[in-house]
Amino acid sequence: MSIFTQLISELFNILATFVMVLPYLIGYVLLIMLTLGIWRIVRRFMTPKQDFGALKTVTFGDESAVTSNSAASVISIVLIFVLWGSFTGSRWLPSVLHMPGAFQGEAGFSYTIELPDGSTQDATVDVVVFGAGENSPKLSVDEGAQSAKNDGVVIQAYRNKLLKWDANDEFSRKDGAKIIAINGQSIAPGGEAFVSNLRVAVTPKGTLNIEPNKGVQMEPIWLPAPEAVKDRLVEIATAGFKNFMLVEHLGYSLFRVIVGFFFGALVGIPLGYAMGLSDWFRGWFDPIVEFMRPVPPLALIPLVIIWAGIGEVGKIILLFLAALWIMAIAARAGVSGVRISKVHAAYSLGASKWQIMRYVIVPNSLPEIFTGARVAMGVCWGTVVAAELVAAEKGAGMMIMVASKFQQTDVVILGIILIGAIGFAIDMLMRWAEKIMVPWKGRG
Amino acid sequence: MTTDHGLNINNLSMRFDLPNGGSVQALKNVNLHLKSGELMSVLGPSGCGKTTLLNIIAGFLAPTEGEIQLNGSTVTGPSAERGMVFQQGALFEWMSVRENVGFGPKMKGTPKGEIRETVDHLLDTVGLGDFKEKAVYELSGGMQQRVALARCLANDPDVILMDEPLGALDALTREKMQSLVLKLWKETGKTIILITHSVEEALLLGERLLVMAPRPGRIHREYRLPFADLGVDQDLREVKKHPDYAEKREEILSMIWDMEEEIMGRMEAQS
Ligand SMILES: Nc1ncnc2c1ncn2[C@@H]1O[C@H](COP(=O)(O)OP(=O)(O)O)[C@@H](O)[C@H]1O
Ligand SMILES: [Mg+2]
Repeated sequence: MSIFTQLISELFNILATFVMVLPYLIGYVLLIMLTLGIWRIVRRFMTPKQDFGALKTVTFGDESAVTSNSAASVISIVLIFVLWGSFTGSRWLPSVLHMPGAFQGEAGFSYTIELPDGSTQDATVDVVVFGAGENSPKLSVDEGAQSAKNDGVVIQAYRNKLLKWDANDEFSRKDGAKIIAINGQSIAPGGEAFVSNLRVAVTPKGTLNIEPNKGVQMEPIWLPAPEAVKDRLVEIATAGFKNFMLVEHLGYSLFRVIVGFFFGALVGIPLGYAMGLSDWFRGWFDPIVEFMRPVPPLALIPLVIIWAGIGEVGKIILLFLAALWIMAIAARAGVSGVRISKVHAAYSLGASKWQIMRYVIVPNSLPEIFTGARVAMGVCWGTVVAAELVAAEKGAGMMIMVASKFQQTDVVILGIILIGAIGFAIDMLMRWAEKIMVPWKGRG
Repeated sequence: MTTDHGLNINNLSMRFDLPNGGSVQALKNVNLHLKSGELMSVLGPSGCGKTTLLNIIAGFLAPTEGEIQLNGSTVTGPSAERGMVFQQGALFEWMSVRENVGFGPKMKGTPKGEIRETVDHLLDTVGLGDFKEKAVYELSGGMQQRVALARCLANDPDVILMDEPLGALDALTREKMQSLVLKLWKETGKTIILITHSVEEALLLGERLLVMAPRPGRIHREYRLPFADLGVDQDLREVKKHPDYAEKREEILSMIWDMEEEIMGRMEAQS
């Protein structure tokens, strides 16, 4: 029962988050509709494009009438970068497009203290806010002649600072002095006041908590500007990351995938053929394959580390296992999927068993094997990154894992982009190979 | 009635055991003799064992009783002397038209030059002279069946077995292909057994026409017809104007119709 209530409360948390995000989602959809409207208006002024699609009156429900609109794709990608740049104050964007950023520069306020005898005194606080990554500037304060001395504080953007305003005063909080107003607005312990670019709160203990205005931009540690990611790419590409060059990190990941996939296919395809051609092999391996197939390769990582350590062999065993079952099942399907009339035709044309294997069964299974290979490559790529997240000295996954420990968000984002780009390139390559090698696919 | 020449089907029976313990008598006591060079069409309602008969002759199935003899020797399995043309989808998509047609000779180890000559000649004969290097999936259904015919002929088999070879084609293409089958029959002198669902096709493409009946599958009636010989050098539409044609067509149509009615009646009685 308690797990049930726990899950229910988790569900409420998730729902609350979802409700919080919902307005943004709706806003995004409205933006999409807005660009669509603009696009329609723009197109009306251009020369009308003549194609058969334009003559169709029934387009809803006709999936052949829906092709990807490349203008929408371009706008969508550009928008992602604009939003990214806008919320990070990117140099690549004109500053009118920037969201209000965190306050930097000089600010200040005055506070009023009340002494136990009821008398009040005023003093000022000078505040200097400097950007992250800059050196903290020196601030000299004219403390003034009154007994409540003026204070000064230097704060990094996005941070806050507690100010013990009485540290330099002749009366301290122990003497019963307390702040009763900020810039003339009265305030009590636990309260807060907003002065230009600052939020000033009085803690229950009576000190001041000064927090410069954060704006709505993202702090670089959460999301660096696109140019920071690009700069980091240049830096890592030329100087390397954690003792290894970028090409080494990516090269090792690719090497593992290719070698693991190669051996997986080398064993898996003959295994699949044996299962497709012999009931004994089918019976022998069916339980093993059917059990291993739904086990995510990631779940094998701990065992593989125990058995083979974190070196190359362990990773390649893991990727081998990831590819093996997929390739075996693809080859099995390729063999069992052969149309019996093709085999019959070959027999009555005088082919021997061996010739039927070579000229009919193997080529007939190639489309299935290529489909399997595409899936296997995708799974291997995902698995290698995950394995490197867990334990590796080099590799794309190791790069982002280590970077996250050092809060190098730019490296993390760069790594994610590179991993995505390579995964995409692998899939494109497999599609291309498929087109060249099995042009008859789906046309039998 | 056994002779050493031609195709002998002796007392053939075929029973399929079903997984549920029952069995289907697909063929019962089929006796048939085809002389070398005869063209026979086979008609009958669905499930009367036509395909089963052809598969046994081809050697893909072993009969539960009886045997097949071709030119005196018993059939024990598939072989190049009994060629097969299927309805569709039996071509090898991974091979060009030329490679498909040359497949049989290649399996036998015929020299390349010789294969080339045979293939060129056959493809010209079936009217695909301009499509030799094309991929089969680029061809229309009718053209693909031309390739299938040429591929079968390239092996120079004694008997050609066709299981509804023109069933998937449109009416116009079908008519052209029917003429082609007659032309090839006359030119090559092969023994041909052709299964069809179309009474017209059976009339036009059979010196002999076999009507089979279901449950158990058996020979119901046999005709000897003049139309195939006429069709060899006449337009098939002219042949259809022959005084006997319409009469035979009506007779066989109502025969098949009655059988189908009976099957329906039995199915209703069962349920
Ligand atoms: N492999 C098989 N197993 C069980 N029954 C079969 C099998 N092949 C054919 N049959 C049965 O034998 C009968 C004849 O089938 P078939 O020769 O395909 O008929 P046709 O070609 O005349 O339509 C049908 O009732 C069919 O269900
Ligand atoms: Mg059939």
